[in-house]
Amino acid sequence: MLEIIRMQVNGKPVELAVDPRESLLDTLRDRLGLTSVKRGCEVGECGACTVLVDGHAVDSCIYLTLWADGRRVLTTEGLLGPNGELSPIQQAFIEEAAVQCGFCTPGLIMTAVELVGTGRRYTRQELRKLISGHLCRCTGYQNILNAMERIVEEAYQAAQRGEPWGPL
Amino acid sequence: MGIGTSINRVDAYEKVTGSARYTDDLRPKNCLVAKVVRSTIANGLVKSFDLSQALQVPGVVKIVTCFDVPDIQFPTPGHPWSVEEAHQDVADRKLLNRRVRIYGDDIAAVVAEDEVAAARAARLIQVEYEEYPAITTVEQAMAPGATPIHAEKPDNVLAHTSFRQGALPFDQAAAQPGLKLVEGVYQTQTVQHCHIEAPVSWAYQEKGRIVVVTSTQIPHIVRRVVGQALGIPWGRVRVIKPYIGGGFGNKQEVLYEPLNAFLTLQVGGRPVKLELTREETFTCTRVRHAIRFALRTAVTPEGELVARKCVAHSNQGGYASHGHSIVANAVNGYRHLYRERDALELDAYTVYTNLSSGGAMRGYGIPQIDFAMEAHMDDIAQALGLDPVELRLKNCMRLGYVDPGTGITCHSTGLEACIRQGQQAIGWEEKRRAYAHQTGPVRRGVGMAIFSYKTGVYPISLETASARLVLNQDGSCQLQLGATEIGQGADTVFTQMAAQTIGVPEELVQIVSFQDTDTAPFDTGAYASRQTYVSGMAVKKTAEVFRSRLLEYAAWLLRRPQAELDIQKGQVTDLEGVPLLPLEELAMNAFYSLERSVHITAEETYHCKQNTFAFGACFAEVEVDIPVGKVQVLNILNVHDSGVLINPKLAEAQVHGGMSMGLGYALSEQLLFDQNARPLNGNFLDYKLPTALDTPELQAQFVQTWDPTGPYGNKALGEPPAIPPAPAIRNAVLHATGVAVNSLPLNPQKLVEQFMAAGLISEGGTEHV
Repeated sequence: MLEIIRMQVNGKPVELAVDPRESLLDTLRDRLGLTSVKRGCEVGECGACTVLVDGHAVDSCIYLTLWADGRRVLTTEGLLGPNGELSPIQQAFIEEAAVQCGFCTPGLIMTAVELVGTGRRYTRQELRKLISGHLCRCTGYQNILNAMERIVEEAYQAAQRGEPWGPL
Repeated sequence: MGIGTSINRVDAYEKVTGSARYTDDLRPKNCLVAKVVRSTIANGLVKSFDLSQALQVPGVVKIVTCFDVPDIQFPTPGHPWSVEEAHQDVADRKLLNRRVRIYGDDIAAVVAEDEVAAARAARLIQVEYEEYPAITTVEQAMAPGATPIHAEKPDNVLAHTSFRQGALPFDQAAAQPGLKLVEGVYQTQTVQHCHIEAPVSWAYQEKGRIVVVTSTQIPHIVRRVVGQALGIPWGRVRVIKPYIGGGFGNKQEVLYEPLNAFLTLQVGGRPVKLELTREETFTCTRVRHAIRFALRTAVTPEGELVARKCVAHSNQGGYASHGHSIVANAVNGYRHLYRERDALELDAYTVYTNLSSGGAMRGYGIPQIDFAMEAHMDDIAQALGLDPVELRLKNCMRLGYVDPGTGITCHSTGLEACIRQGQQAIGWEEKRRAYAHQTGPVRRGVGMAIFSYKTGVYPISLETASARLVLNQDGSCQLQLGATEIGQGADTVFTQMAAQTIGVPEELVQIVSFQDTDTAPFDTGAYASRQTYVSGMAVKKTAEVFRSRLLEYAAWLLRRPQAELDIQKGQVTDLEGVPLLPLEELAMNAFYSLERSVHITAEETYHCKQNTFAFGACFAEVEVDIPVGKVQVLNILNVHDSGVLINPKLAEAQVHGGMSMGLGYALSEQLLFDQNARPLNGNFLDYKLPTALDTPELQAQFVQTWDPTGPYGNKALGEPPAIPPAPAIRNAVLHATGVAVNSLPLNPQKLVEQFMAAGLISEGGTEHV
């Protein structure tokens, strides 16, 4: 019935027995207690359950856990520094007042991690498109875009200077 | 620090790290899972069930049906309870209903070891119905011979209210010589709240009591309704409200907590979770009412409103929910915003149908009436050849206005200043001129709309709130309220209020973010944009008492008269601000003094018997691509008078979110039903919630007045931002194209049809005039 898989979750090796029908969302929440990963629609429409798999943002509600076998999974819990320091992305979300009810926030932060990881520069319009897989009913996206714009620019500038930046 | 500063949210760290705990995050590992069995017809009666196959599904623990629940009808809306029977909410449903009134009605429930077993068993339950024709429109429901949806209301009219004021009846006033009569019928659509966290709760028994952990805006009301629905003493129910992933009014309703509480009793008190899917959330919770308004206005050539008449029909759906109060609020809003010389006639009907039930949603009827009223004002302006801004300024509410229906008074107003500020910011006059005579397929326009909104529910309902402050050894304190944080920033502004009044930095005030009805002071919760105003008053009153108790102890400790002492920046000081005693030292003495140990706390109730109006305006500039019926919003600006802003940055964020909701209302959102009252698009793919790509830059501005009735000069802000964008955009499309679109949303399908009817698109569809 259950199948054994191995993956790296937030930097740590994990070996788990999972139901082959199980979504990565349920595995992360229910087996690993990573409740930053939110269930909003369960059909890949809202983006609240976004995590990174090998650096790419996926909707974990429509991603089978079996597919993560041998891969690296990152959730918002994995962004904190060793002493609980916030990543610059999280700091920007706080300072730009990009957080309201907070339910879409971890998913958006994971997409932000993916974007800054590219080291590219994005226009505001490009960012609008790149976050359009995330639904937010509280913010009108205005301050989320402000936070996103700020961090991709900071990351780009740091990359130009050859400096390390960001959560990873 | 204190009022007027943009401190970061007090819950931001938890929310950006994902450590903020929402209802499902707290679910215990051994939790059973419940699934509601839903009717596959919209109107009828359950005759029988065949549970035999379902009971054989491995993992099924219990199945209960509508034949097993207590014979108790209960009310669901999150209103303060009224001790007068005449003012109590409509009790028109049971835990599970044999009489089916909506598609997807709750007729049975399965409790199982896991989600898969529960869902599988629910699908295998066979149901035999007696089916009646589905009623989807107000006209069908009110037609002679229509099936009564509730036996108590044989004509399907839940309520009809009338209001008349003025020297003359409408018809006589409107027949006076020299007046122009403008008429219009305006129709709003059904939309849904679309909080990203679906309704979810889990319940268990402890020491003979029921504990319900739930995503709600109104924990103390949930306690009451669970008690009423199960027929048990209210004190036997304990409700815990963790962080919640949005509510917008849908969680100002007691939706599934009573059933969840009942289900744990059926399985010996084991924990049971009940979480809705997104499809269930769309269909089986609440929606914003679709309302049809027939408006008639007699006006002088100079633009003075002489006689006004509004007849509103609200499509309630299958259950009363908040009942008549929403359309009643809508027509009250119509009465408030403009004055008339001779006659006002208002009629409001709430009519049961078999659509999804209408309930509270951000703005409580005012987004609906504002669309109709403000579209109508532009129609009047056009008919008279007047500037829409000037027409509004001539007739809108003034300082000192007293509503004859409720006594609510305009204690402060920045409405005119909001209008002027928005007019200047959008470049109103140049653009009205520049876009006046366009031709071609792509045209631009500017439009605007205004609104008024009362603050809280007094005197329609009770307004009461309590707060508690408890001193710690280090001079910090806990602030505890029954008022709820639902994303709007309430916890942050309450923290600022307490800090300001006590005289300490915000870091010394630790707000308790979860409400537990066993320990949280009583408050009716987050709705009606009431909390900063009503609960804010409770915070202020409690903080004043707390402060005076600190000072009393300091006076004893310092052997100085209390009147000569103050608290500033977390220190007891003299009246010149010279520090005398750190609060930490005061607190350590208060706790541990062998001579005089006092645990300093304060708890106060504020019974609010005041109300006041908030105001604002929206200005929008659009570009309309006529052949494809596409509206692009180039520029949109809300200007608000919500009194003093407690936290300007959070206030701005609140306005952004409301504008976004207003944009969806204007352009894309609509929950559709087929003729059998079955929802067609109850999911995020087919229901067009605005994404980041659909949303223009949102500009939020303020005119800060000081309201004498607000605790810190503040008044309503939570709901108002969602109100004016839809009519402002509609009026901008009117300016751009000359076509008055009188129903929402202004989506491409509708616009193309209306542009064709207006001759802007020829039959072939490729040419334009």
